[in-house]
Amino acid sequence: MIRLTRRHLLAAPAVLAGAAAARSPLAQAAPLKIGVLVTLDGPFAASGQDGLRGLELALRAAGHSVAGRRIETVVGPTDARPDVALRQARKLIEQDRVDFIIGPLSGSEGIALRDYAKTIPDRTIINGSSAALETTFIDPAPNFFRFITHGLQWGAGLGEYVVRSKGWRRIATVAADYSFGHTNFMGFAIDFCRAGGDIVRRFWVPLGQADFGSVVAQLPDDVDAIYLGLGGSDAINFLNQYLQAGARMNFIGGSAMADQTILSSRGRAREALIGTPTSGMISDENPDPAWQGFVRAYREGFPEGQRFASPSFFATSYFIAARAALAALDAVRGDLSDGQRAFQRALASLVLDTPLGAIRLDENRQAIGPVFVSEVTQRADGALYNRMVRRIDDVNQTLGLPIEEFRALGLPGRDTPNCARLRRSG
Amino acid sequence: MAVAARTRSTLAATGRAAADPGIEAPWFARIPTGVWLVGAVLLTMPAYANNFVLFQVFGWSFILGIIALSLMFLAGYGGMVSLIQMTVAGLAGYMVAILGPSGTEQISLGLSWWIYLPVALAVATLFGTLVGTLAVRTEGIYTIMITLAIASAFFYFTRQNYTIFNGYNGFTLVRPPDLFGVDWRQPVPFYYLSLACAALCYAAVVYVARAPFGLALQGIRDNARRMAALGYNVTAHRILAYGFASVLAAVGGVLLVWQNGQIAPGTAGIPAVIDILVIAVVGGLRRPIGPFIGALIYVVLSSFAPDILTAFGLEPDRFKLIVGLGFLAAVFFSPDGVLGLWDRWQARRARRPDPLTGKVP
Repeated sequence: MIRLTRRHLLAAPAVLAGAAAARSPLAQAAPLKIGVLVTLDGPFAASGQDGLRGLELALRAAGHSVAGRRIETVVGPTDARPDVALRQARKLIEQDRVDFIIGPLSGSEGIALRDYAKTIPDRTIINGSSAALETTFIDPAPNFFRFITHGLQWGAGLGEYVVRSKGWRRIATVAADYSFGHTNFMGFAIDFCRAGGDIVRRFWVPLGQADFGSVVAQLPDDVDAIYLGLGGSDAINFLNQYLQAGARMNFIGGSAMADQTILSSRGRAREALIGTPTSGMISDENPDPAWQGFVRAYREGFPEGQRFASPSFFATSYFIAARAALAALDAVRGDLSDGQRAFQRALASLVLDTPLGAIRLDENRQAIGPVFVSEVTQRADGALYNRMVRRIDDVNQTLGLPIEEFRALGLPGRDTPNCARLRRSG
Repeated sequence: MAVAARTRSTLAATGRAAADPGIEAPWFARIPTGVWLVGAVLLTMPAYANNFVLFQVFGWSFILGIIALSLMFLAGYGGMVSLIQMTVAGLAGYMVAILGPSGTEQISLGLSWWIYLPVALAVATLFGTLVGTLAVRTEGIYTIMITLAIASAFFYFTRQNYTIFNGYNGFTLVRPPDLFGVDWRQPVPFYYLSLACAALCYAAVVYVARAPFGLALQGIRDNARRMAALGYNVTAHRILAYGFASVLAAVGGVLLVWQNGQIAPGTAGIPAVIDILVIAVVGGLRRPIGPFIGALIYVVLSSFAPDILTAFGLEPDRFKLIVGLGFLAAVFFSPDGVLGLWDRWQARRARRPDPLTGKVP
């Protein structure tokens, strides 16, 4: 109430001076509220905490203020279920009255938030680390922005790399039967099939499957490699059972397959991964000084034992989201009036310098940015790490395919894409 | 039917004997003042509560309350602790999404509301009754186990099945129909819609509990063998109780999918199933108002736990701890829920000596 009357008082003489001038002294007084939607319970709890560390890193660098406005954060914790994310988002917007939301963390939460965003056109959602294709490809919301590449984009380059550099042309695939598994596989498969590869058999296993016996028994012997689109304990279980069956084969890893949770696990399973090419949004050993600087800031910013050895994908994503928000706020001098239209325009036209390289948005407000192909390598001390072997810049949502051609492939699912058709056209 | 008719005559006779032989007051005068007060506050809520409180806190409390009420009916009056109620609600929600319009156009049929609404309620009720038919042959812990097993099977089935349930992704953009030119998803209309449904379900349970069927069910709860000896069909009564409870749960499920705008396997996953049990137990299983009190406590705790933690200068990532401690305290201090606390407080007040005469009543 008070704020309204004050604005009227200030606005009266400002008619002559111009409306923007009247708003800025007022804007400086009020702190800026950011709602942070992040998963802090369930299987992604540790990832969510790392996401918060990434966000904190970006805010600290800005001194917790932007354009003269102090920044306050309100955390909305979720457990990776879309309905919980939706409830927390509503609380942040309606009860805590935040100016915009950074988040959420996981794919299906992102899709739920895309639909929620359409009901609050005067607020903005900047995606955290959720990486489902549908969020920015099907019926996207005009006020939902994603500055990280998504699961399908992460497949870019890997398929061509295994065909050209490894000479693997016939493969079978084993991947998790849910949206991320389908999407990440599709990104790889588009690239692989266009480079002339052939997928002879696809196995889809439920998330959280403990027994891979029947899949291992059915895997064909006459292939060059097996693509593994599994993650976490599923990946370790599969590798253990595969080795126990006495088999040995080249592997190709999906984006969740060769991350540090698996590479630093105990037992012999991880050794089977040595030499496995993978691809993803980040590469731990990226020599780019921007990335190295980010890793140093992360390590210095948090005491050992309260962080990972190096920033995870989640810390990187929330860091980038916060940096995008700060850059756009800077561009509009902290002014979020007029239904945040200026802020949203600034976000859409941003060319953001990130630890990964320059990132810009397409017309669906989805990131166009770099993707990294790595190979699992053993250090002298026995530890495994991802050695970066290739960097692909400016990967867009359709992996460079014309939009109509990409749409014709169908949405991610068990049977998309059709490899033979892609091979002929590629 | 024959069972019901017989019960009515015998119970009506006993009921008359117990009642005051004087002139009966009109029905509205027999409703206690407290109910009028709560009713008035709830009806005028939009005048002083913001949209978040209306839609999220109360809307969600009414929905969870309705689903927990169906469990309360089975557990409190029938002595059967069923964990299938959330699944019945989930199935009703799925049916609305599959038969009606949604964002998943390749599966949703997009029928009109007057087709999908009755079909959704009927399918969910049929499912709940079928599960009940299986479960009534077991007692105690085995009822819990068999219903929990079916609930988890439903969760895994919906997560794996892409042709009907759209697997992991479920359905998004499920909106209530624009009836009478009202957008029912707006906070105020949705508040009244869920309030009306909750009041109807509450009234239905109160009515059924006093009707011959409900009294026979409570008799079966207390001594099934004796009721069987008296000529009651114990199994039929129990199955019918499941059928009635399933209708309530299905109503809750339809409202839930409209409120969330989406449904996915996690909506009726194991944590959600347990939540309903916790809500019913915390509120109290003895009276139908219990589940609504439990639901309100659950919603307030789970909405504001992060703020409580931050207020004490703690990290918000331990928010489940507050929710858990709250429930632990409720169950520890009052095994029969919040309602039990209230009853004991009333009993103690009644025992207090009269301030004028000093006599203990």
